[in-house]
Amino acid sequence: MHLGLTEPVRECQYNQICTRNSSPMENVGHTKKRSPQRKWQIFPGRNRFYCNGRLMMARQTGVFYLTLVLIIVTSGLFFTFDCPFLASNLTPAIPVVGGMLLIFVLGMLFRAGFTDPGVLPRATPDEAAFLERQMDATNGSSGPGYRPPPRIKEVVINGQTVKLKYCFTCKIFRPPRTSHCSLCDNCVERFDHHCPWVGNCVGKRNYRFFYLFILSLSFLTVFIFAFVITHVILRSNRTGFLSALKDSPARYPFTKGNCQMLSHITPRSQAGSKHSEVPISVDACVCALVSVWFVAMRACGFYRRWSAFLDGVGLTVLEVVVCFFSVWSIVGLSGFHTYLISSNQTTNEDIKGSWSTKRAKDNYNPYSHGNVLTNCCAALCGPLPPSLIDRRGLIQPDTPQPAPLSNGSSGYTTQLHTHMCDQEQCIQSTKFVLQAATTPLLHSGPVVIGRGGPPLSGKSSLGVTCSSLAPNQPSLPSSMPGLSCAGDMLALRDPETHCHHHHFVSPEETPSPPGPMPLTLPCTAHAGHLNPAQLYDPASQDSLHEDSVRGLVKLSSV
Amino acid sequence: MATEFHNLQELRHSASLANKVFIQRDYSEGTTCRFQTKFPSELDSRIERTLFEDTVKTLNNYYAEAEKIGGQSYLEGCLACATAYIIFLCMETRYEKVLKKIGSYIQEQNEKIYAPRGLLITDPIERGMRVIEISIYEDRASSGSSSGSSSTSGTSAR
Repeated sequence: MHLGLTEPVRECQYNQICTRNSSPMENVGHTKKRSPQRKWQIFPGRNRFYCNGRLMMARQTGVFYLTLVLIIVTSGLFFTFDCPFLASNLTPAIPVVGGMLLIFVLGMLFRAGFTDPGVLPRATPDEAAFLERQMDATNGSSGPGYRPPPRIKEVVINGQTVKLKYCFTCKIFRPPRTSHCSLCDNCVERFDHHCPWVGNCVGKRNYRFFYLFILSLSFLTVFIFAFVITHVILRSNRTGFLSALKDSPARYPFTKGNCQMLSHITPRSQAGSKHSEVPISVDACVCALVSVWFVAMRACGFYRRWSAFLDGVGLTVLEVVVCFFSVWSIVGLSGFHTYLISSNQTTNEDIKGSWSTKRAKDNYNPYSHGNVLTNCCAALCGPLPPSLIDRRGLIQPDTPQPAPLSNGSSGYTTQLHTHMCDQEQCIQSTKFVLQAATTPLLHSGPVVIGRGGPPLSGKSSLGVTCSSLAPNQPSLPSSMPGLSCAGDMLALRDPETHCHHHHFVSPEETPSPPGPMPLTLPCTAHAGHLNPAQLYDPASQDSLHEDSVRGLVKLSSV
Repeated sequence: MATEFHNLQELRHSASLANKVFIQRDYSEGTTCRFQTKFPSELDSRIERTLFEDTVKTLNNYYAEAEKIGGQSYLEGCLACATAYIIFLCMETRYEKVLKKIGSYIQEQNEKIYAPRGLLITDPIERGMRVIEISIYEDRASSGSSSGSSSTSGTSAR
């Protein structure tokens, strides 16, 4: 083959380029010093990150801020205008309990809103290629350009057949109970729903926070509602209910007359702050805000419908009624989620009726522990899995794009990953070479050139055979039929390290797949690289070898 | 050839990534983290079946321990809830502790068993707990014989 003669020369040149370009550690270090990028900055989903990757939310956060404002304003009004009266006339425990509830509600809201809900990282190119090959193998390969129908895997879980769908965005088979959120563009484990009120998806990792949020919010709402009513009643006991309502500062808010009247009635509060002269209008405002709270639309609807009734009876009554309905709705939501937790279902499953007996007589929920108490405990007190996307990890320049690390096991895995990346950079090519060497297809024309023979010959035939290969993006070595990918993988995902490979290749064969196929050709570089004394400068060879084996060596030395 | 044992010194000068095998999750018992113990054909010539299965079973046991719902996890959950989850700023969760144990176990396995056979296990947490990635390295040190052996193992793998 023509390769045989020109190979040695090219390899030398190639090797020099390789040496020059790939002191990946130097480049990495240099790049790192300049602008250490963190992984959240290149996160593929539609999320927003705050505090340098510590907090994570969905893209649309407007409704979250509305929730926050409503809660804070309502509670603020309650504490400012109702609590002084109640504290002095009933017990000071009321504002204390109210305060604790409020803090808990806000804490849970922030936790639910800012926590990673259980996003599954997208597949690395290797994995994606592996899965695609498996699917092709099982379904028979189709011609280029034809997209196979969505793939489904069936698994039997505790006796129930569950279908696992293939996610084309994330390139994985979704685990059971995982769903792809279209708003956030992520696959989320145990996906419940996307909640605009908390500004995030609700999934495995933040479901308990969401549940505790709505539960504590129900308590807070009921608490405020009850004590506002108590306040109105107490005052009306002193002035008479009708006059209290009639003089309801809903119409004449904050009038001096009202204040004086009230202060006259409540001698104890006279010595107190003037806040004790609470106009009942504030109570009405509180009720109104609470009512608007999670049922804004409904409140508007009610208002329109009842506007005629309003004039007659007064806003106060309406507000109490609407407040009651809003309390009912948030309490209803808590009740619904309590049911979901006790039966270990997600909102998604309940809406679809996945485990309903209406679908099939012997349909049952395979995830339920069988016992209501166990289900509740598991959902609320079970172990909290760590985040699978390493938001704050530093990006290594040669890191394969979707290659997340866990937040928990930072040290070892980071180190390992770094080493893996270093070596992968250099060795991925070799893998293709080897695959080329080992493929029956390529055995057709092997030319042995020292050690680099088989790979090189493989490459040449690769150029021929691989033109129509799997439309895959993997630029990293994948398994077997990566042979096909090997051929395709001529383009370089990582120009700084691979460009030379490309140069090397182009004279020999037309890079068959133009842009889209990231091809890694580096094989030949390493092929040469692996011919120890024959064609190379030992120093460069050593450095490359070091890089490529770094992972293994470091592993042993740690 | 395929079962040649190399120490890391030899590999240092001659390892190159040949292939990757992905061990998928086993969902037959629900959504808890388990990996399939089915022995992949690509590793047929590289490592003994029992060693591989032991590794995967031990990993499965570790994950089961991490996700176990029992007295300790309830206690941790209630304590965390009572402190509004602030306590997790000070201490790490049981899951994270087990993940560290898993990390050191995998490292130990790599050093003792897999690296000498030219294999490398990647911690599943780096792959989103979806797969156990085993990288297969071809030994290039034994030049001619290696190319011969690699092609042979290649064909045998097919």
